[in-house]
Amino acid sequence: MSSTDSNAALSATDAHNQEFLVFSLGDEEYAIDILKVQEIRGYENVTRIANAPDFIKGVTNLRGVIVPIVDLRIKFHLERVEYGGQTVVIVVNVADRVVGIVVDGVSDVMTLTPEQIKPAPEFGVTLSSDFLSGLGSLEDRMLVLVDIDKLLTSDEMALVEKAGA
Amino acid sequence: MDITDFYDTFFEEAEELLADMERHLLELDVASPDPEQLNAIFRAAHSIKGGAGTFGFDVLQKTTHLFENILDNARKGELTLRRDIVDTFLETKDMLSDQLNAYRSGEAPDQEAFERICATLQTLALEELAQGGEGGAAEAPAPQPPADAAPPAAAAREPDADADGEGCLRVALLGVGEANRRVLVEELAQLGEVRSQGGDQARYEVLLETTASADDIEAVMCFIIEPEEIEVAPAADAASAGPAAPAETGKREPEPTPAETPPPAAPPAPPAGGGGGGAADTPSGKASPRPSPKPKGESTSIRVSVEKVDQIINLVGELIITQSMLDQTVSELEGANDGALLNGMSLLQRNARDLQESVMSIRMIPMDFVFSRFPRVVRETSAKLGKEIELVTEGASTELDKSLTERIIDPLTHLVRNSLDHGIELPEEREAAGKPRAGRLTLSARHQGGNIIIEVIDDGAGLDRERLLAKARESGLSVSDAMSDDEVWQLIFAPGFSTAKAVTDVSGRGVGMDVVKRNIQGMGGHVQIMSRPGQGTTIRIVLPLTLAILDGMSIRVGDEVFILPISTVLESLQPARENLYAMAGDDRVLKVRDEYLPVVAVHEALDVEGARTEITETIAVIVQGEGRRYALLVDDLVGQQQVVVKNLETNYRKVPGVSAATILGDGSVALILDIAGLHRLSQKKREARYLRRTATDSQPLHSLKEVITDEQH
Repeated sequence: MSSTDSNAALSATDAHNQEFLVFSLGDEEYAIDILKVQEIRGYENVTRIANAPDFIKGVTNLRGVIVPIVDLRIKFHLERVEYGGQTVVIVVNVADRVVGIVVDGVSDVMTLTPEQIKPAPEFGVTLSSDFLSGLGSLEDRMLVLVDIDKLLTSDEMALVEKAGA
Repeated sequence: MDITDFYDTFFEEAEELLADMERHLLELDVASPDPEQLNAIFRAAHSIKGGAGTFGFDVLQKTTHLFENILDNARKGELTLRRDIVDTFLETKDMLSDQLNAYRSGEAPDQEAFERICATLQTLALEELAQGGEGGAAEAPAPQPPADAAPPAAAAREPDADADGEGCLRVALLGVGEANRRVLVEELAQLGEVRSQGGDQARYEVLLETTASADDIEAVMCFIIEPEEIEVAPAADAASAGPAAPAETGKREPEPTPAETPPPAAPPAPPAGGGGGGAADTPSGKASPRPSPKPKGESTSIRVSVEKVDQIINLVGELIITQSMLDQTVSELEGANDGALLNGMSLLQRNARDLQESVMSIRMIPMDFVFSRFPRVVRETSAKLGKEIELVTEGASTELDKSLTERIIDPLTHLVRNSLDHGIELPEEREAAGKPRAGRLTLSARHQGGNIIIEVIDDGAGLDRERLLAKARESGLSVSDAMSDDEVWQLIFAPGFSTAKAVTDVSGRGVGMDVVKRNIQGMGGHVQIMSRPGQGTTIRIVLPLTLAILDGMSIRVGDEVFILPISTVLESLQPARENLYAMAGDDRVLKVRDEYLPVVAVHEALDVEGARTEITETIAVIVQGEGRRYALLVDDLVGQQQVVVKNLETNYRKVPGVSAATILGDGSVALILDIAGLHRLSQKKREARYLRRTATDSQPLHSLKEVITDEQH
C-alpha cells in the first residue's frame, strides 16, 4: 500500500467508500486512512530526544524497532496535553517509515462515501489545508480528514531528513 | 509467467559461475593445466552463454561464445596456455562481469569494450592456433576450412563459409514429452522459422531456418531438456533446395549485429557450420560429451535477504528483553520458589540465549569471502612490480559479520598492495640478503575474545625507522628521536605520508594509509604495526565481530540513561576545582595529567533536566572521538553491558550528538552518544547562548512570535 494509491483513490471521482480511523484531539474529531494504521498502543516508555521540536516526544521501542513518537496535540496547539491511561499512540506506516502519533483517544472506524467527503476549506493556519484530504460530514459530526502521509513527511514535522540537507 | 522473472536467477547464477571461473583461472597451473579445471572454466562460459542466449543478452552471448571457443581449444590441448593468455582470460572474465552488471541494471553494455575484448580473443585464437600449427594455412579467414580443422578455425571463419550450412538446421528431439516439445518448438520458432516439423515422441524432427548456430540452439534447449535429448545437425540439402533467402540472411546477418563488431570478430561461428557432410558429425558428436549447463548437485545453502535476517535478529532481541522482564517479575512473585517455575524460567533463558547466538551467526560469513580475492590482487601487483610472491592464507574459515566483511575488503587490499610494493624486496635484493627469492605474504584471521584479528604479514625488509622519522620531519610533523617504535610506525597513517622512494603505479602517493586507518576506526576497530628490520612487517587489524552489538558503558545524567561505546572511554575521574580552567568566558577545560581537555557537559548539550550542575559533584569520563580527547561530564556511571545497536534513521532522522540507539533490559530505548558530535553540539549551544546574551533585542522579538502563534490558535 503506497501513499499514491490512497491519494488517487481520494481524488478520483468514482472512488469507492473509504474507511477511516477516527480519533480525538481535545474536543475535535480527526480521521486518517485506516490502511495507514499499523497498530494502536498505549503511551509509555518514550525516550526523549534532545534538541528536537517539542511535538516530537522522543523514540520508543516497538518490538525491536525504534519508532519516533509525535504528539499531534502539541503540534496542533491544543491547550490540554496530558498523558494518562486514555492517551493512545496510533502507529502509522508512511513513506516506508513507522511513526507513532499521540492522540487523546481512538473512537471508531468509519466508512465514508465519496459524497460524505467535502473539500477542505482554504483556511487553516496551524493545520494547513495541504495536510487535509477533506472534511467528513456525518449527521451532526464533522471529521477532519488528515492526509497523514503529507503531514508527517512535511518539512515542518522535521521527521524526515530532506535529501541534501 | 514472464521470462523476465528468470532474469534474477540467471544473474545470480552467472555471477557465481564467473566467481568460479576466476578461482579456477587463478589456480590454473600454466605449465601443466589440470584438465578438470579447464573443463570447469569451459563449462562456466558455456552455461553463461546458454543463459545469455535464452534471455537475448546479445553482447554477453557473443563474448562468451568467443571465449568458449578458445577455452574449448585450450581444454583439448590445441592451445598452449601461457601466463599472458590466462591474463587475457581473466580480463575477459572481468568484461563478462561488467556486461552482466550492465544487463542487470538495465543498461546496454559498453560496446567499445565488447569490441576490444572480441578483437583480443580473436587475435589470440588466430595467433595461438596458427603457431600451434593446428589449422595450418587454412587458419586465416579462409573460406574452406578442412573438416578436421573446423573447431579451432571456428572463431576465424568468414560468414560465407557458414551461410548455407547455417541457413537450415535439423533439430531432433529424442524422447521428449508432449508438453516440453511444444515449449521447445515455440522456442525454436523464436530463433528462426520452423519450416516443417513431425515425428513421434522417440524422435521428433524440426526443420528450422535460422541464423543461429547449432551450438546456440543446443544451449538454449539445454535449459529445458538434457543435452542427450537433442540432436542438431545442419540440413544442407534443405538449405540448397530452399529459396535463396536463408543463404542471403546468413550472409547478411551471420549474427544479429555484425556491423558493430570488427571484421575479424564478426562471425563467432561455432564449429557446427561446416558445409560438407564430414562436418555434419561434428555438432552431434560434440553435443553428447558437453556437460549440461544446469547447476550440478543440490545446493546446501539458501539465499535470504539481509532484511529478513535482520528482522529475525530484531525479534530474537525482543524475545531476550521479554524474557528478562519475565525473569524480573517472577523473582518478585510470592512463592517464587516454585521449583517447576524456576526450572522453566532458567530453561527459557538458556534457550533464548542459544537462539540469539545462532541467529547472530547467520550474519557471519567466513573470511574466505575476503581472502579469495587476494590471489588475483597479488598476482597482478607482483607481475607489475617484477616481484615473486607466495601468498599464504590462514584462518579463512574464521567468521565475521557480513557488513564488516564487505567493508574490510578495501582497506585490506590497500594494505596488501602496500606490503607488496614497499614491504617485500625485489628477488635480487632478497637473494643478496640471504632470503629466498620469492617473498611470502601471509593473510591470517583468527578470533580473540569478541574481536577478530586480521593480519597482513610480509617477510620483507621491515619499516625503516630513520627514514620514517626523516620523512615525517620533511612533512612538518612533530617527531622526536625519543619516540617509541610503535609511535614511529603509526606515522605511516598520517595523512599525506609516503615513504616510497618513487611513486609507483601500485602505491606511494601517500593517500590511502590514513584512509585505511579511518575506515577501520569507522568500523570500531584499530590497527597495530609490528616490524623488525630485515625480517618483515605485520599489520594487525583488530575489529569487533559485529557492528550489530556494541560493548557499551551506560551513564546516567538526570533521570536519563545514555550509552558510551566502551572503545571510546579512556578513564573516569572526579574533577577537582583546581584542575578546571575557564577560557574566554563559557569554555572550560579540565587538566588531566598535563593535558587540557575540552569539557563537554552532557546535560547542557542534550538539555537534560535535573542533572547535577556543580562540576565537582559530577564524574568526568575521559573519552576519545575522531582523534581528540574530551572530558564528558555525567552524573553517574551505571555499568557496562553489551547492547544491540539500532539505527535511528530508519524511522526518524540523524540526531546531533547521537550515533544510534539501543534497547535496554527494561524495554526502553537508550541513545548511544557520538562523542565528537556531542562536542560540536555543546559548542553550538554555547554560541547560541552567547549570541542571545549579546543581542538583547532578539529577546522581545522571540516572545512576540510566540504570542502570534498563540493567537493563531
